[in-house]
Amino acid sequence: MRYFAALILFMLTACVGESSADESEDFVRVPKSIIKDQGIEVEVYDYDHIVPFLEKENDKINVVNFWATWCIPCVAELPYFEKLNQEREDVSVTLISLDFVKQVESSLIPFIIENDIASEVILLDDPNSNEWIRKVDESWSGALPATIIYNNNAKAFYEQSFTFEVLVEEVNSFKL
Amino acid sequence: MKKVFYLLPLALFACGEETETQEETTTEEVDSTEVIAEVEETETGGYAIGDMATDFSLMNVDDQMVSLADYEEAKGYIVIFTCNHCPFSVAYEDRIIDLDEKYKAQGFPVIAINPNDPEENADDSFELMKVRAEEKGFTFPYLFDDGQEIYPQYGATKTPHVFVLEKTAEGNQVAYIGAIDDNTNEPENVTVKYVEDAVDALLNGEQPSVTETVAIGCSIKTKS
Repeated sequence: MRYFAALILFMLTACVGESSADESEDFVRVPKSIIKDQGIEVEVYDYDHIVPFLEKENDKINVVNFWATWCIPCVAELPYFEKLNQEREDVSVTLISLDFVKQVESSLIPFIIENDIASEVILLDDPNSNEWIRKVDESWSGALPATIIYNNNAKAFYEQSFTFEVLVEEVNSFKL
Repeated sequence: MKKVFYLLPLALFACGEETETQEETTTEEVDSTEVIAEVEETETGGYAIGDMATDFSLMNVDDQMVSLADYEEAKGYIVIFTCNHCPFSVAYEDRIIDLDEKYKAQGFPVIAINPNDPEENADDSFELMKVRAEEKGFTFPYLFDDGQEIYPQYGATKTPHVFVLEKTAEGNQVAYIGAIDDNTNEPENVTVKYVEDAVDALLNGEQPSVTETVAIGCSIKTKS
């Protein structure tokens, strides 16, 4: 029996190793729910449990984009975040959607499928925006899109839209 | 045996959590010259609490020009930058009507202003503003910031974005900036009505206890 348990444990670590090859996460995910549809899973978080995504301790430049499918400038710049995530081994992109929970199945998941979004998409659902927006950044008025770029040494917040060139420029400014 | 049963679902969960493998997606090449102009300069302008807010003369959905000064009896104003296309604005439409119905008679009318450039989003055209005002039965003026000269002076960055003004001898003084209440998605679960609290305080001759709040909104669409 002990062997069987060990085997399962091995499988477990193998799986974790595989999934975290790209993410190398140093925290336990605590979504308040997971919405599944059409083969896509979207984890839904309140602010406190999304914080670890904003404070990953890894050797990457982490780019976190706050967006929503209904936000026109967000959708316009999304391909640049995707491109960045694919082209750069040293960058990890997380897309934090502020779509309404009720519209995950009708809007968000179809959008992920149609646009072949490869970066991870998680949903932030926390009504107390007056508190959490300030915690994300003191200067944030709450307008979308907004982006955080950080690594182990520095962090910057942007309440603006990006071109691919500007995004790359900002990311590169994190390289020593 | 117990241990195995405990571990098994855990193993499955760990596997299931695996992130989508990165497929090669075709990223559209967007003409970079076209988008460069979209990068906004960070404007730190706009009003702080206590500043005097500018008046304006903007076209209402009834084709009449409206200014704050037209409201001679007003004690102040609930100026709300809002629009047609933004889901957060739409979520607040009924609550904006309620605010106007409650406070107009007490001297604080709602003045709604669409700050968006309709060339950036056709839903925010003056014609469609008229349609929406009619559909929803807006009880307040719904003005078009044609040329986008007013919203930057206020420092509105998104819709909806509220500025409560108090009429004083020196001018219309900014008393509150921010959100309507503390729950956009679920009106039934609102616990703090920021705008109502601010206006009630002013009506009682006091300053609001909460003067600035933030909420998620749609960034204001500007000409590129």
